[in-house]
Amino acid sequence: MVTKKITVPFEEKELWAKQKDIFIAFFRSGILGFGGGPSTIPLVKKEVVDIFKMMNDEEFSDVLSIGNTLPGPIATKMAGYIGYRVGGWLGLVTALIATVLPTVVLMIVLLASLNEFKDFDFVKGMTNGVVPIVAVMLGVLTWDFLMKSKKSLGWKIGSIILVASFIAMILLGVHPGIVIAVLLVLALALPIKKEEKNQ
Amino acid sequence: MVYFHIFLAFFFPGILGYGGGPSSIPLIEHEVVDNYGWMTTSEFSEVLALGNALPGPIATKMAGFIGYEVAGIPGAIVALLATVGPSLVLMLILLNILYRYRNSPRVKRLSSFVLPAIAILLADMTFDFFNTSYDAVGLLATVVLMAAAYFALERMKIHPAFVIMAGLVVGGFFL
Repeated sequence: MVTKKITVPFEEKELWAKQKDIFIAFFRSGILGFGGGPSTIPLVKKEVVDIFKMMNDEEFSDVLSIGNTLPGPIATKMAGYIGYRVGGWLGLVTALIATVLPTVVLMIVLLASLNEFKDFDFVKGMTNGVVPIVAVMLGVLTWDFLMKSKKSLGWKIGSIILVASFIAMILLGVHPGIVIAVLLVLALALPIKKEEKNQ
Repeated sequence: MVYFHIFLAFFFPGILGYGGGPSSIPLIEHEVVDNYGWMTTSEFSEVLALGNALPGPIATKMAGFIGYEVAGIPGAIVALLATVGPSLVLMLILLNILYRYRNSPRVKRLSSFVLPAIAILLADMTFDFFNTSYDAVGLLATVVLMAAAYFALERMKIHPAFVIMAGLVVGGFFL
């Protein structure tokens, strides 16, 4: 795609011209972001930094790192915050609608029409065909998370938390939310080792 | 009352889903399948598969659709607000504080401490899906389909949307 020629810098644009840019930026990155929220990050960056020049590279990485520190879906956090930063409250709403709405509507229309034909054997078979594929995707995602935790925690702390969460959630049936909340408190409360300080 | 339940079902996964959308998937499953019984594991897998095949953030797609299934358009809106709202408000409020301490090792540690717990939840779900498939089509078909899906997704790097479409077709004709 050819980078659009910018005649007026983003900050000097009219209110509605800004909203239009925000909408286009997040609509495009939402509708092209196959593979869930994280896959939209590079697309959002391209739109926000390269095409519309709403913020520079460094501001964008700050938004991303803070977004990663907070809970919840990353795509909407980024959209909402960037929209707010560059277009005020209206920008926040615009960016969120552009990110969420098109794909949700698509999803409801497709799945609702599939449900109409639910009782046909063909459709039942389709469901059966998809379950193993989802299992593989989740298995791969599991592996990703294991590797990520090994990388950021080391295998020792990583395995301690892994085994403890397995016992708590799977064997004892503690609600995942409680386990996660405890881990967050520990992350803030436990003393910091020297090597972590120097990072 | 149902709207309140929908709100809660998506509020917790949203607020506890550290590490982006995918980490909230097992939390959503916990609420929707285990806690409220709105869907079976296999219905949930259908939603997840189609959600993965479509573009855009996964958490909001699932919330929007499940909310719609349970209570129509208002349900979809409630589920979306519960998913998006809290973390966004938090983001706007905490931004300044976290920005100031963004180099603090404790703050950096927040998301990494949660990773192993999410891995367990995902592994548990993988196991659930394997079992569901085993019950529905037997061991041989499950293993063959999983091997084919793994090969296509991870080795040949075929886009998930195409693999899922292939799964739908194969399932429709043969299973």
